Amino acid sequence: MNLDFTPEEIAFRDEVRAFFREALPDDLRRKMIDREHLEKDDTVRWQRILNARGWAVTHWPVQYGGQAWTPAQRYIFQEEMALAHAPEGSPFNVNMIGPVLCRFGTDEQKARFLAATANLDIWWCQGFSEPGAGSDLASLKTSAVRDGDHYVLNGQKIWTTQAQHADWMFGLFRTDNSGRKQQGISFLLLDMGTPGITVRPIETIDGGHDANEVFFDDVRVPVANLVGEEGKGWDVAKHLLGSERSGIARIGLSKERLSQLRSLERRLADDGTLTTAEQQRLAFKLAEVEVELRALELTQLRVVSADAHGGGANAAASILKVKGTEMQQRMTELVLELAGPAGLATAAHGAPGDPDQGWIAAAAPFYFTMRKVSIFGGSNEIQKNIIAKTMLGL
Amino acid sequence: MDFELTDEQKMLSETVTRYIAETYEFSKREHALRGDEGWSREAYAGLAEMGLLGLPFAEEDGGFGGGGVEMMLIMEAIGRGLMVEPYFATVVLAGGVLRHGASAAQRAGIVPGLVAGEHILALAHDEAGIARHTLAVRTTARETGGGWTLDGAKIAVIHGQSADTLIVSATTGQGLGLFLVDARAEGVSIEGARGYDGVPVASVRLSGMTVGADALIGTAGDGEAILDKVFDEARAALAAEAVGAMAETFDITVDYLKTRQQFGVAIGSFQALQHRAVDMLMQLELSRSMAVLAALSLGGEVDQRRRNIAAAKAQIGKSGRIVGQEAVQMHGAIGITAEYKVGHAFKRLTAIDALLGDRDHHLARLAAMGGVYAAA
Repeated sequence: MNLDFTPEEIAFRDEVRAFFREALPDDLRRKMIDREHLEKDDTVRWQRILNARGWAVTHWPVQYGGQAWTPAQRYIFQEEMALAHAPEGSPFNVNMIGPVLCRFGTDEQKARFLAATANLDIWWCQGFSEPGAGSDLASLKTSAVRDGDHYVLNGQKIWTTQAQHADWMFGLFRTDNSGRKQQGISFLLLDMGTPGITVRPIETIDGGHDANEVFFDDVRVPVANLVGEEGKGWDVAKHLLGSERSGIARIGLSKERLSQLRSLERRLADDGTLTTAEQQRLAFKLAEVEVELRALELTQLRVVSADAHGGGANAAASILKVKGTEMQQRMTELVLELAGPAGLATAAHGAPGDPDQGWIAAAAPFYFTMRKVSIFGGSNEIQKNIIAKTMLGL
Repeated sequence: MDFELTDEQKMLSETVTRYIAETYEFSKREHALRGDEGWSREAYAGLAEMGLLGLPFAEEDGGFGGGGVEMMLIMEAIGRGLMVEPYFATVVLAGGVLRHGASAAQRAGIVPGLVAGEHILALAHDEAGIARHTLAVRTTARETGGGWTLDGAKIAVIHGQSADTLIVSATTGQGLGLFLVDARAEGVSIEGARGYDGVPVASVRLSGMTVGADALIGTAGDGEAILDKVFDEARAALAAEAVGAMAETFDITVDYLKTRQQFGVAIGSFQALQHRAVDMLMQLELSRSMAVLAALSLGGEVDQRRRNIAAAKAQIGKSGRIVGQEAVQMHGAIGITAEYKVGHAFKRLTAIDALLGDRDHHLARLAAMGGVYAAA
């Protein structure tokens, strides 16, 4: 056993660190530090910079633009990206539809979509959730009825993140009602410009607009846009939801937040905003949260190490999603506590000459928006059901 | 970065775990607890025969030169078996003082008997009415006629009543000193008690008792530095023991959830209990990670060692409580009966939190050090 990275891994880390320092535009870094909402163009611009370096879709197969990195390299890359305040690329492109097409796509689909997806020439959104389905994803109802060379879609998706920007959607649709509910679901790709699609925004409690409702009214999708077999969409979706283990706990993000929390704490202690008693309580709370972050970090590294040795699923991997999201939420909660009444005004982004002002102004929206991380992608309760069933045999 | 055990380490872990499971089943432990000393000489001799008592000592002292990871594996197995024998008191605590401070002559006089399981040692440091979990003591050692005279009172001396030799901490005027004291010498009185976790503890009174100059370990001011290191090693060992006790508790509980029927089904089919079992698993895995971190930090840089060990001790304090409490709750009334293992694991986990600084103590230490992560 050995905690240290190898000299090769350290050299890799330095290379990655230098790249992020030089390649990340200052205005983007500033927005990330201030927790400002990124515009579509920000994400596109950054993903293209990453893609030009060959680092936009690193965990895809090499033949489609991926990097044959070790689990440790993937971990280092993720951590450095977070510590450098660099945004991640579009998760729908990079982590979801890309790997799915690499695995299940036809040659034609690969040729048409993969390079464009990596370069964010196509902005994807995910059409999974439906009203009334929630965590019981397989109960989805939106129908796709075969009509010659087309499917005809009718129904509604909801919580469709960034659908307002999307060029294409990948989604699950019911092509058969007769068998078990997991059967009869098909995985389709559809152009968001197709007639019959209506996107309606949903404002969320952070005051932002990421989520949407999407309505389908006799939307015609070519059968050539079916991924995998008809009725086998559930298997495709399960592959998509099987997360990357090397970065699942997002330790780097929590570390970056922790260091901002520490700097904010120092500033508020220096300017007299915090009493001595408050400082002491806060130092204790920070120690508490850091202990858990350290424990989670080591657990993540154990999984990375096990992966490098060809280890399969182990108990440690299963806790990463649940604990990682709890940790991210705890960080935002502490920042909001620290901001106190100053955090009530949320419009003071980027006040000149005051590096912490944006951070304080973003405290509340960030806290509220981060409540979603334990809900999406299979709520933490669903994760616990899965762990209980698959790992404990309950 | 690599968390894999070597083949030798895997074999050590498997051998020790199997040996303890086969020879130290719960009824044997209960029998040992009822004996005069409250533990089993036979079981301890078994550990000696396997070479486990000599593990951390240098080869020239008759040991095997094992490191933090090997100690972790043994302590985890001991934790699974809830062993009450004096491994921690003699090998980890007192043995640690010998390894880090004793002269070759002192080691030659004690270590062979210790490794053979025939010489029991205990560390007498804690005192009543003084800041706990610190190195501060009131016990005094005065230089008198080529030797030392000791006066003071110690509490919570683990395995103190069975000890042949005590290692006593005392202020010397030149700093903290550590002294080898024959437990049967004149001026030493020992009053034994049973810990709630089954591990015997004792109060020790030293009244004008004299020892020779050769009883001093290192020099008169070496005690603080030695204990600082030994206590961190002991905390790492306790973290591993806690992981063993938690793992055993967790396994028994999951098994119970699968077999216990109520309302016509296994209670493990209830989501409320499933989620709590998963919460236990998470605490166990976080603790395991921290036990590994603690073991790997022992040989490292001092500041980082202190932070990592404090973090590990704080984590297992919390996790041990959660795992123990949840296990008892999910067993219902079975969990609070004395003849069932889970309750005893809960008690040991509770005691481990209390030893060498509980969760709050270590969180406060971390706060004073500026946190778990050293400022970049």
